Amino acid sequence: MNHWRRSNWRTWVWSLVIGVPIAAFAVWAIGDNSRLFFLTLLNSLTLASLYFIVAAGFTLVFGLMRNVNLAHGSLYLLGGYLGYFVAEATGSWLLSLAAGFLGAALVGLLLQVVILRRMQGEELRQTMVTIGLSIVIADLLLWTFTGEVHQMEAPAWLQGPIRGLPVIKAYSAYRLSLLAFGIVIGVALWLFLNRTRVGMMIRAGVDDRGMLAASGVNVNLVFAITFAIGAGLAGFGGVIGAVELSMVPGEDTRLLLASLIVVIVGGMGSVVGAALGAVILGLAETYGLAYAPTYSVVFTFVILVLVLAFRPRGILGRAA
Amino acid sequence: MSAAHWRKAMNSGAGRQAWPESAQEGAPTVDRRPDGGDSQDGKRVGAGAARQRHWLNWIVAHVKPRHLLILIALAVFPSVATPFITFQIAAQSLILGTIALSLTFLGGYGGMVSLAQMTVAGIAGYTIAILGVNGTPEISVDWPWWAIVPIALLLAVLSSALVGWLSVRTEGIYTIMITLAIGVAFYYLALQNYSVFNGFQGLQKIQPPPLFGVQWRDPVPFYFLALFWALACYFFIKYLLRSPFGIALQGIRDNPRRMNSLGFAVTAHRVAAYAVAGLIAGIGGILMVWYNGLITPGSVGTSWLINILVIAVLGGMRHPVGPFLGALVFVLLQTFAIDLIDRERFNLVIGVVFLAIVLFSPDGLLGLWARLRAHFPAADARPVSSTARRSSRH
Repeated sequence: MNHWRRSNWRTWVWSLVIGVPIAAFAVWAIGDNSRLFFLTLLNSLTLASLYFIVAAGFTLVFGLMRNVNLAHGSLYLLGGYLGYFVAEATGSWLLSLAAGFLGAALVGLLLQVVILRRMQGEELRQTMVTIGLSIVIADLLLWTFTGEVHQMEAPAWLQGPIRGLPVIKAYSAYRLSLLAFGIVIGVALWLFLNRTRVGMMIRAGVDDRGMLAASGVNVNLVFAITFAIGAGLAGFGGVIGAVELSMVPGEDTRLLLASLIVVIVGGMGSVVGAALGAVILGLAETYGLAYAPTYSVVFTFVILVLVLAFRPRGILGRAA
Repeated sequence: MSAAHWRKAMNSGAGRQAWPESAQEGAPTVDRRPDGGDSQDGKRVGAGAARQRHWLNWIVAHVKPRHLLILIALAVFPSVATPFITFQIAAQSLILGTIALSLTFLGGYGGMVSLAQMTVAGIAGYTIAILGVNGTPEISVDWPWWAIVPIALLLAVLSSALVGWLSVRTEGIYTIMITLAIGVAFYYLALQNYSVFNGFQGLQKIQPPPLFGVQWRDPVPFYFLALFWALACYFFIKYLLRSPFGIALQGIRDNPRRMNSLGFAVTAHRVAAYAVAGLIAGIGGILMVWYNGLITPGSVGTSWLINILVIAVLGGMRHPVGPFLGALVFVLLQTFAIDLIDRERFNLVIGVVFLAIVLFSPDGLLGLWARLRAHFPAADARPVSSTARRSSRH
């Protein structure tokens, strides 16, 4: 009881220390220019949902296999390019989403089955292999698709702004759909992890791999499925991001960094943590860009430092 | 000392007796004790003359003909080679090797693979550029070199210690992610900030100080400058690894919990290791900015963060000579990739080489060399099995 009271007290102090300056800023910003404030809010939430989709795959793979897949950004870019060319060929945006997901999932599956399985348990070596692969994949993509900017078009039914909104008046329909995508994927992932048999195995594997194997589950199969889903989510994010952010070499590093920060802040291996981290990163980045352009990266960095200093395993992280 | 030795020594419960003996077994990573493994003797010898003898003994025991040969080769090298090779290949390898040496020290002996070493070098480089004279008058502070070099080194040490303090609170695999995140964050800071870092263009026209009337950016003087600092860092690390601090650090690498219960401050040792690595990387960073004559966000970008890891792993992390070897191969590949395959495809070449090394010889070129020697034992009688065992860790 006493312990509970003390932790409750600490939560209050922290909410005050963090909440009061943010609330003060919000009040000032709304009074100053409410349209800019709410526009930035929507922008940051939609960006956060893209970050969430990409980082969820990263955190899933990490949580189960203790494998830091630094080729995750490359899979994102690969999915984006695949989606772009499928959309060019067929004209169907939904088909390109499927292609991005499946293509990246297939590459991820190959990566896991052919290379990473052979060095299970050697975390550092696996990480280095994924670094090497990210160099190779990035250069192959640069070779194939050249360094020029590829910009995908939003599907006709999502083009143009939605008008008649209160305060902000109009907002891009496509960007708003990103928010819906993030929520749908988050819910789907939650249902998959909590309501299906494979999801149950994955959760059990996150908690105790050895016990899962001992109870007769084919752990290698679970690993392969998880890796494919994680990679597929990166590819899916790539197609979605290809419309909004455009594809150039270098985007892979940007998204890899975003995924890293999201899972470090949110807590590794936790999907809810990824959502929380994505929202924090999205808010910090977008508000930073809108209100203090030169130092927007510094905000992200300060958040990272604060979280590491007080919660080394991330906000929702648990001891390994 | 190899991990296997440490484990054996500590498990036997008699670490103090066991370790000089295991050093004698000839683990090539650690030099032998000065006088036949009896450290008590060394302490008792206090008189000047005796110390002189001691010092000479040390030289006789340690300096072998091959060491002298390598030193002579390094010294006469620039008079044989073209200025291009002296500057572009030799000097660049020495600088990159110095920066990668800091990672080898951290990763190979401290068990902490940090991707932020190039960032630390970049912080020293940017300090030299901003506080010294550069091509952008609004930014350069124009302080003399003897003021800015210590400041740059101090900043490098402090920033490295900060990176260390942040990352050692977490463990193992987290380190690589956090240091990568910090490194990329610094890259974006340098890229987006124009008031201090001058954004995308970076800072140009940075000259080494004209000391003793020597033009230090000429190939031969610069080569010797880089050689001097590379050797200084190399011997410093070699010395440090045999010191109590270095031995404790290797113990922490192998079993932090046991070292903690033996009374060693694990976190303090790790942060101190980061600070030492920061000093080495800072020296490399200062040389790098003088070598390039400029510094841009690109020189601390992700590809360079990873290149330093590539260099260290390529050479092998089990001996301080590894990073220099790795840097030489890296620079040769970079320079002559144009002959192998399209120049634009350098990243592909280096990526494939790196993958091959990680997949097939986790101990890098040094590991390959050790394996070759194990295959032909007649060439060298020293046992190398201990190093092969250690290679299984990475």
